[in-house]
Parts: sequence; C-alpha cells; structure tokens
Amino acid sequence: VSRASVLEWARERYEDLDLSAVRRWIAQAPGRKAAGYLPVYAPREVIRAAGMLPVGIHGGGERLEIIKGDAFYQSYICHFPRSVIELAETGRLSVLSAILFPSTCDVIRNLCGVWQLLYPQTAVRYLDVPQASDPGIAADFWRKELRALSDDLSEVSGVAVTDERLREAIATDNEARAAVRELYRVRRETPWKVPTEELYVLMRAGEVSPVQEFLEKTGEYLAAVEEDSGRIRDRSRVIVVGAFCEQPPLGLIKTIERSGCFIVDDDFLLGNRLIAADVPVEGDPLENLARAFVGGSLKTSALFEPDLEGKSRLIADRVAAARADGVIFASASFCDPALLDRPMLRKGAEAAAIPCMAFKYSENTGQFQQFREQAGTFADSIKLWGGA
Amino acid sequence: MTAGKDRSMELQKEMLAGHYRRLEAAPDTGEPVVYTFVPGNLTELIRSFDALPVLPEINALQSAMRGRSQGYIAAAERAGHSEDVCSYVKCDLGMLKGGNIGPTGTRLPKPDLLLLSYTGCYTFMKWFEILREEYGCPTVLLHVPYQGEGRQTPEQREYVARQIREELIPALEKVSGQPYDEERLVENLARSARAEDDLVSVLQSARLSPSPIDAYFGAVYYVGPIFSAFRGTPEGIAYYEALRTEVEERVRGGLGPETPSGRLDRQKYRLVVEGPPNWTHFRDFWRMFSDEGAVVVASTYSKVGGTYDFGFRHDPSDPLGTMADYCSGCYTNRSLPERAAMLVRYVREYQADGFLIHSVKSCNSFSAGQLPLLREVEKRTGIPGGFLESDLVDARYFSPANLKNRLESYFQMLEARRSRPEA
Repeated sequence: VSRASVLEWARERYEDLDLSAVRRWIAQAPGRKAAGYLPVYAPREVIRAAGMLPVGIHGGGERLEIIKGDAFYQSYICHFPRSVIELAETGRLSVLSAILFPSTCDVIRNLCGVWQLLYPQTAVRYLDVPQASDPGIAADFWRKELRALSDDLSEVSGVAVTDERLREAIATDNEARAAVRELYRVRRETPWKVPTEELYVLMRAGEVSPVQEFLEKTGEYLAAVEEDSGRIRDRSRVIVVGAFCEQPPLGLIKTIERSGCFIVDDDFLLGNRLIAADVPVEGDPLENLARAFVGGSLKTSALFEPDLEGKSRLIADRVAAARADGVIFASASFCDPALLDRPMLRKGAEAAAIPCMAFKYSENTGQFQQFREQAGTFADSIKLWGGA
Repeated sequence: MTAGKDRSMELQKEMLAGHYRRLEAAPDTGEPVVYTFVPGNLTELIRSFDALPVLPEINALQSAMRGRSQGYIAAAERAGHSEDVCSYVKCDLGMLKGGNIGPTGTRLPKPDLLLLSYTGCYTFMKWFEILREEYGCPTVLLHVPYQGEGRQTPEQREYVARQIREELIPALEKVSGQPYDEERLVENLARSARAEDDLVSVLQSARLSPSPIDAYFGAVYYVGPIFSAFRGTPEGIAYYEALRTEVEERVRGGLGPETPSGRLDRQKYRLVVEGPPNWTHFRDFWRMFSDEGAVVVASTYSKVGGTYDFGFRHDPSDPLGTMADYCSGCYTNRSLPERAAMLVRYVREYQADGFLIHSVKSCNSFSAGQLPLLREVEKRTGIPGGFLESDLVDARYFSPANLKNRLESYFQMLEARRSRPEA
C-alpha cells in the first residue's frame, strides 16, 4: 500500500461534506446508527459501546458556502456554528441519529439548544464535562453523567451499553489514542517526513471512520513514512496553539509549513488525544473513563486550570516537550476560550523568552498571503536572531 | 418633561455607596473580601462568614453608566486582550490596571478569595483565571452543570451541594478564620426568601395595565440589591419592602413608572425583552422606548441573577440544596427551549403587544442562538419580534441612529397590526 493511496483515502473523507463514508457504513448492516459530536471532547467509547459510529462534526471549512447558516448567527459570533447549521439545513447531517454537544464554550452550549428547537427528531445530549477542582467529586459526577449518556444512547441505538461492550470500546480507543500519539511522535522527531497537512487529513478521516479502518490506515501510513528516507530540512519548529475547536482551513496549515516552519505540536482535533494515556480496561469501565478524563486530560482552554501557575507555565512546558523554537497563537475569530486565554499564555511564553506570533482565522478563510508573510517573517527571525 | 427618580432608587444608591465605602475600608477593618459573579452568587453563604462580596460585572456596568468603561477597555486591549471578547472582562481589567478605583470613586480591595461560581457563562471561568494571575489569591471553583436537558438532575444537585460542602465552605473558613455556622446561613436564607417574595410581587405588578413598573430598564434597579451584595441581609429586606410599598402606591393611583421621558402613565406598547441592556447609553436607550410610549412588562435579564417568578425561593430548611437549586435556575443556565418557553409565557401572561431581543456582542451566553429563539417565540405566540444589536459596556457598538430607526420601524409595525382587521 502506498502512502499516496492512504492519503487519497484520507482526503476523500476530509473533503466529503456529505459524510458518504458514514452513510456507507450504516448501509452495510441493518440497524446501524451513527452519533455525532462537536469539539472538543466527547467519550467515543460510550458511543461505540452503544453500537454506534462516532462522527466528529468539525464544520464545513472553506469547502462550504454558507447560504442559510448566516441567518442563524450574528456577525460577532464565530463562524463554526453557522457552518454546522448549514450542514444540517442542507441535509448533510441527517445521517446522524444523535448529536453530543460538549461544554466547550457558550456558543456550542447554546447550539445544543438550537438543535433541540430546530431538529427535534434528532436525539441531543449536552455533555457538561466536570470542572470541579476535587478529583474525587469531579470523577464521581462524570461517571454518573456517563451512565446517563449510556442509557440515552442505548435508547437511540437499541443496543444496551454493558460493561463488556464498554471494555471492548476502551481497548479499541486505547489503540486509536496510541496511534495518534505515534503519529505525533514521528512528526515531532522527523517533521520533514510527516507534513502536518498529511497528519491532519489522516486525523480528520479518523473522525468519520470506523476505528479499525483508521488504525489500519494509520499503520500503513506510518510504515510508509518509516521507509521514506526523506530529505532533512532545516526549518523553525513551532507549535500552533488555540485551534482546538473551529478548525483552520487546510490551506492555512500548508501555508504555515511552506513559509519556513515545521509544526511540531498543535491543538487540532484535540479530542482524539485529550485523554493522554491508556484508560485501564479492567474494573468499572465508566469509573475508569471518568478518572482518566479527570486525572489525565491534556490542558485545554475549555477546561478550568486549577494550578495558579498553570497558564503561565503551559507554553514553556509544551515548547520544551516538542523541542520547539516558537509559538504561533492561531485562534478562530470570536473564539472566547482561545482569545481569553491568549494573553495569559503569551505572557508566560514571553517570560520564558519564547518567540511568539499571533493571528486569527476563520474556517473559511480563503486568502493566505498575509499568513505566509507573517509566518515566514517569524520563521526567519527565529533562524536569524533566535527570536521574533 | 424631566425624569424623576423613585425613592427606592435613592435608597439603593445609599446602600451601594455604603457597601463600596465598606469595601474600601476592608484592608483596615479586616473584613475578608470575596469576588464572585452575579449568576450563581452565594451571598448568603459569603455573608455568614462576615465576608464582603465584590461583583465584577456590577463594577463594569456601573463604570459604563458613569462613562468610564471606554478608557478601561482601551487599556485592556493595549495590554493584549482581543477586541472580540467580552467587554465586561476588559472593563474590569482596565479598571484594575488603572488603580482599581471603583465606580463610586472608592478603591476596591484585593480579593482574599475568588469564588468562581461557574454558572451559565463560560467567560466567567477565563475571567477569574485572568484575575487570579493579577492577584495571586486562592480561587475556588463551583461548577454548576448547565440545564441542557431542561432540568437539574438529583445527581447534578448533589454534585453542586458537595462542592459547596467540601470545597467552598473550607475555603471560606480559611480566608475568614471563622468556622462554618449553619444557623447564620439559615437566617440569611430566610431573609432572602422574604426579599424574593417582595421582588416577585413588584415584577408581577407589570401584569396590570398601566404597568406600574418598567420590567427591563426599571427592573435593572429593582434587582440591583438582590443580585449583588444584599441578598440575605436586613438592608435587603428593608429595600424590597420599601420598593413594594412604592409600587403598590403607584398601582393604587393607576400610575406608570418614572422613565427618562417622565412618568409613563399612557402606555402605548407593552413589550417583553430578552437580553441584557446597553450600559454606556442606558438612559438614551431607555428613552428610545419611553418616548414612544413603550413599557417593558417582562424581561429575561431581570432573571439573570435568579429566577424567582416561577416559584423558586431560597429554602432555609435545606441550605446547601437550595443554593444548588438557585444556581441551577439562573436564566443563562437554562437551555434555549426553556428560555423560549419563558418568553412565550411572559408574552401571554403579561399580555404583551410585542417582544424584542437586544443582542449584545459581548455575551455569547445570551447572544448565541438568539435568532432561532426569536423565530421560535414568533411561531408560538404569533407575534412578530424585533431584533436590536449593541454591546454591554463598549460604546463603539452602540449606534443610536440605527437602534432608533429599528425601534421606530418595529413600533410602526405593531401599530399597523393593531389597525389591521382580525382575519
């Protein structure tokens, strides 16, 4: 299997706004159903245990013309919900029997209510992930919420969420998380071999594909990368922070890497690795999932930071872990979590003498010249003077 | 006509000034200071530890009403805060950077504790993460689950109560040096319930015609003490008794409320309003309504710090549980279908001629989803709604001509509906 064929598989799924792969999967056996989820985090194990295909809803990006969606949202609200509504209004999400709305921000929270008003035929669930500082209280709450979610999804799918099914799903998702971690490791170690454009479309394909198919394709891709001797290039190593919900257009990711940077860590599609380590398979599976989320989540702006020094230290820690030279703060316009966090994160980065630059984007941004110039200058300044 | 002021407004002004003076003196008197937010504020509990609450949103809106917010916002944006985010946050930060002189001209003390009651607004979490960096003080988070399914489950209620019991109370004990005294809390909660009865009586007086109150612009004043530092206090009780008496006098006289256009006895349009007001041009905005003879008979903003008109009262017999219920029921913690149901109920019960949404750029908790909400309420009531846009405390987004134009068009449309023969 060639690397090109894996990427063709991934790009086809990334570009397909009609969720054809999901429709095909449903059509393959009677009674199959799919459940969508919005960013940042949803427990895909529970969806799988209910016999459903988890489907990430990440908007229409630059490929979708917004005709109806703008009538639902004011100009000062981010682009993401209007593109999700556009997908729904054009029937593209009709394949989903249920949709989960995590507590990422007030826009996604209220989008849950919009769905309840507009599409009452779809099962809708708001997921209020735990924020309590005490891990015991938080995990206990989240376990109960996961139980309620299991029951709700069982009702939709007709498949009882048993402990056994949950354990199987946890084991499978552990494999998927390991695959994502490996992709990130290989990119971090040899970014010239794994362009972020490729890593990204692979992960996007994983958002709409059965997990076994994703694992197979990821394995093939990694094998192909291993065989590729690849010419080592010297570019500035950067981490891209803030793009955890509304996704940047692929062109923007390419632009950053073509302007003299290697992206060696990022927040794209963060939900697929928010739980950073394997979830124990033995024991009470919901308890395990709850504890893994409470005690083992990556840092994100969507979650409260209990540590007083946490925000100021975060970027320095991430830069060190990725052996990066600098940080690009890339936030969607009107993204409250990212934009409210940015001054705190930037202050910490600058205190650690880490070069930073910042810009805003929308998922449908179509002109990249300004980003190219900005990122190019940033990369050059790192190389020339070791800082912006 | 000149605008008059109600006695209750004067009383409230004195109460607020006294509170700010007490806050200024706190570093000397040793009274602990707890910063917290209006929705989900646990004033009864804070007061039971002899601590003083500071509500940053109140400071921001008061600064805007006194014309100071623009400079504060500019200072925050110069410090790197995005023009896209909540202007309350930036106003507060600008005020802090400028020496933390509060809206009444007295200095605000540093917090001994940031009580992050995470109720109905995501931005609150970031706001206190930012303030924590500035002050370096302890922060305790109270996570109140959103009523996404239209109700609070027993598990969610216990989750909130447990956080209060196991995290918040120990934190308050630590900063105050006082042990938790449930009897004092119970006394405060009983006082809250008394004041809440009076507030509801005042708000529901708008069912009458003419309405003796304006339930949006006027209600902003009426809810001031109960949404801020005075719920559960003897002063709070006294204020609401005085307010109720004042409104009952107006009812007996068949009088309308004082407005910027004078007393509004002849009321041409009865409106329901959703969303917070603009604070930078508060009276100008109000005048756009009152000049046209429009009175607001019910609003959702007056429920942002607690929804009492559907029966909830603080229950002294279940102190922690009732605080969980209170937090959960604040307006912005309710799902959009619940908000739509409230608006429909208000339109019907208060016999409104129309309803308006005032959408503010700063607040996604309110604004995201307001356009579908408008259509839902229109569909269910058969009454066309109006949509206005500005901001909370950033004057750059308040366009008087545009707002006036939209309002006048809306009132003309209501007039045309009246003159149309029934189908």
